Amino acid sequence: MDPLLLSRLQFAAATIFHFIFVPLTLGLSVLVAIMETKYVKTGDETYRRMARFWGKLFLINVAVGVVTGLTLEFQFGTNWSRYSMYVGDIFGPILAIEATVAFFLESTFIAVWFFGWDKLSPKMHALSIWLVAIGASVSAFWILVANAWMQHPVGYRIVGEGAQAAARLTDFSDVFTQPYALHMFVHTLSAAFTLAGFFLMGVSAWHILRKNELQFFTRSFKYGLVFASIFGLLVVIHGHFNASSVAEYQPAKVAAMEAHWETTTEAPLKAFVIPDEANRRNSVEIGSVPGLLSLLSYHSTSAEVKGLNDPAFAIKDPKDPTRTIGWNTPPVALTFFAFRIMVALGFLMLLILLWGWWRRNRLTTSRKLLWAAIFAIPLPYIAIEMGWLLAEVGRQPWVVYGMIKTFDAVSPVSTAQVAFSLITMVLLYLVLGAIAIYLLFKFARKGPEPLTSTSSSGQVS
Amino acid sequence: MEQLSMLGIIWFLLWGVLWAVYFLLDGFDLGAAMLMPFVAKNDEQRRRIVNSMGPFWDGNEVWLITAGGVTFAAFPKVYAVMFSTLYTPLMLLLFALIIRGVSFEFRSKVESLRWRKIWDTALVVGSFLPALLLGVAFANIFKGIPFDGDYIFQGNLFTLLNPYGLMGGLLFVLMFLYHGALWIAIKNDGELAQRAVRYGKAIWNALLVIAAAFLIVTYFDTALWNNFLANPVLLVIPLAAVCGLIGTRLFLGTGNPWRAWFASSAMIFSVTMFGVIGLFPMLFPSSINPSYSLGIANAASSDHSLLIMLCVAIVFVPIVIGYQVWVYRTFRHKITADDFKPGQSY
Repeated sequence: MDPLLLSRLQFAAATIFHFIFVPLTLGLSVLVAIMETKYVKTGDETYRRMARFWGKLFLINVAVGVVTGLTLEFQFGTNWSRYSMYVGDIFGPILAIEATVAFFLESTFIAVWFFGWDKLSPKMHALSIWLVAIGASVSAFWILVANAWMQHPVGYRIVGEGAQAAARLTDFSDVFTQPYALHMFVHTLSAAFTLAGFFLMGVSAWHILRKNELQFFTRSFKYGLVFASIFGLLVVIHGHFNASSVAEYQPAKVAAMEAHWETTTEAPLKAFVIPDEANRRNSVEIGSVPGLLSLLSYHSTSAEVKGLNDPAFAIKDPKDPTRTIGWNTPPVALTFFAFRIMVALGFLMLLILLWGWWRRNRLTTSRKLLWAAIFAIPLPYIAIEMGWLLAEVGRQPWVVYGMIKTFDAVSPVSTAQVAFSLITMVLLYLVLGAIAIYLLFKFARKGPEPLTSTSSSGQVS
Repeated sequence: MEQLSMLGIIWFLLWGVLWAVYFLLDGFDLGAAMLMPFVAKNDEQRRRIVNSMGPFWDGNEVWLITAGGVTFAAFPKVYAVMFSTLYTPLMLLLFALIIRGVSFEFRSKVESLRWRKIWDTALVVGSFLPALLLGVAFANIFKGIPFDGDYIFQGNLFTLLNPYGLMGGLLFVLMFLYHGALWIAIKNDGELAQRAVRYGKAIWNALLVIAAAFLIVTYFDTALWNNFLANPVLLVIPLAAVCGLIGTRLFLGTGNPWRAWFASSAMIFSVTMFGVIGLFPMLFPSSINPSYSLGIANAASSDHSLLIMLCVAIVFVPIVIGYQVWVYRTFRHKITADDFKPGQSY
């Protein structure tokens, strides 16, 4: 065990755990804002109770999402100090701008929304949850700009040499307007909104099955259905364009996610493989469609697709350039299967949504659909985590693609220090995760507050 | 001395101001939480204290995130070396902040006295540790951190727990405790407010002793005073800290907790700026060899990056201050039983 491996594990654990909570925050904030706006416009008490019920689940989720986000900001310095020195001139401002422009807004107005039911006018109160939703999405934009820059660095030049070398910003607008960042933003945000839609459908289905608050929960179910359908379609269709931009900028990632070893034209798409990474080939390949990978990646069946064994990815012995001593390619099995699982779940979710549309006016008698909706809650979570595994593992061995390797990015800290923080963090996260899930279950099952005669007071339990 | 870039100097000052604003804002809710086991005699009073900081603590903590983010953005090398050399204390700080953050949200989610006690304890520990660790860390930064030319830390957690470091930790804990006592007095009335004022007065006596001792020991243990002795006009900063310290006690004596709080805020702000200006033009000195030290000259980002961030800051920081002031005004009322409605209070 060395600090590099432990730091990678720690970063993976911190990011995966953090991103369990982020998508629901992004999506549910918008949904609650829409519900409360409907309440302000129509005066219909059900919308107010919807905003309060879903808002309560939103807040439990946010609490864990926010505190685990802190870890990420710390880790760039504690565990990846050489990375921070190398790219700080570009990466640092992105994070600082995120905090100033977005995170302040989100954090400040979450409290205003929670404490402000009796202190603000209904309009101001609805505005505060919109500000939370905008803050969350703008925050996601800047974080994805930062990540996209690690996938495809632009707008910089390298100054200095050896240990003094560092990237310097040359054009900031290139950094935040590059297509890779915009694709990642659309893909991630629409995935998050889809997840929130499924969350609404699943929790509502549980109550509809128990004939509990039918008007409240059929309306909530339909909100979830519409939301998940719009953004589910978007995420699947747009996913193709996202993959094309990966193909354009990160050929090694595409080769790994398709377990494509040799550079060829008319490259096939394979349904299933068992990669043999030691011998750099596939030991099993099933369901190969010739030319499809070329078509999907470069819009032509005859396009050449670089394979993992392409000389472009070979690391040459500096003393003897004819000898290959290693490969700048990511782990294949993890990348390949993460991609397959993500795509399969995406289509499965579309089927569930279709089913939902078909039975939308007969929800109370559609027991199978309702059970499916309950068990579908984890699907978008798994799909999103798989997407991140693909994005981050597929970038290896680079921390910034083509610029600096993960190996060269780690802090000069001791194994004992990182072991201590990793173990403590994992234990703490397990406890927090268990409590958060317990509370989410508890309040999801409890259902909304009962109707009161005085609509403006919240004195109900 | 080599020529420092104007933008580097501006960001050095903004870096200090961000930390100072963070300490004066989050200081009161860290302090109020630390004071909770002493001034609250029952569950209802604990709940009053937690809800006294309810609408504010989260927004306050973002100043810490921003201070950290600006360290990264404007002085990447300082961020990298500071966070990796202070690895263990920063991880402890992080875990404390995590526990603290969730304890607000979780405490009233289960109807059980034991459950609430667990989270109130988490809140107290999660508030004490950041106050202590930040104090210890900054005092050690003033003194210099033992790191070598490869930016590797030559020490351990106990190296940082030297007398001066511990004194810094104690100073921060006392400042925040006092600041928190004032906030409890502002947001409450009756028995709880009176007890907070009594505690505030007692803490002030201890603070006076430790603050005076700290300023004196600083002269012997650090180079902070050099800048002030070389440019006597800068002495206005420590003078402001002393005025804040004395002024806040006078206001508290006349029964005006708001004014006392503003004076105390001025004190915390000035104490921080005393340290920051004393460090100038360094941000993170090495105690092993001054040539390893990180400062504006060798750690700042490019002027291009600094300029872009300055533009963002000029537009957005006033907006942030504007809506945060609005939040403080909207929720400035004293806590009553009316504030304990389920689903809209902690």
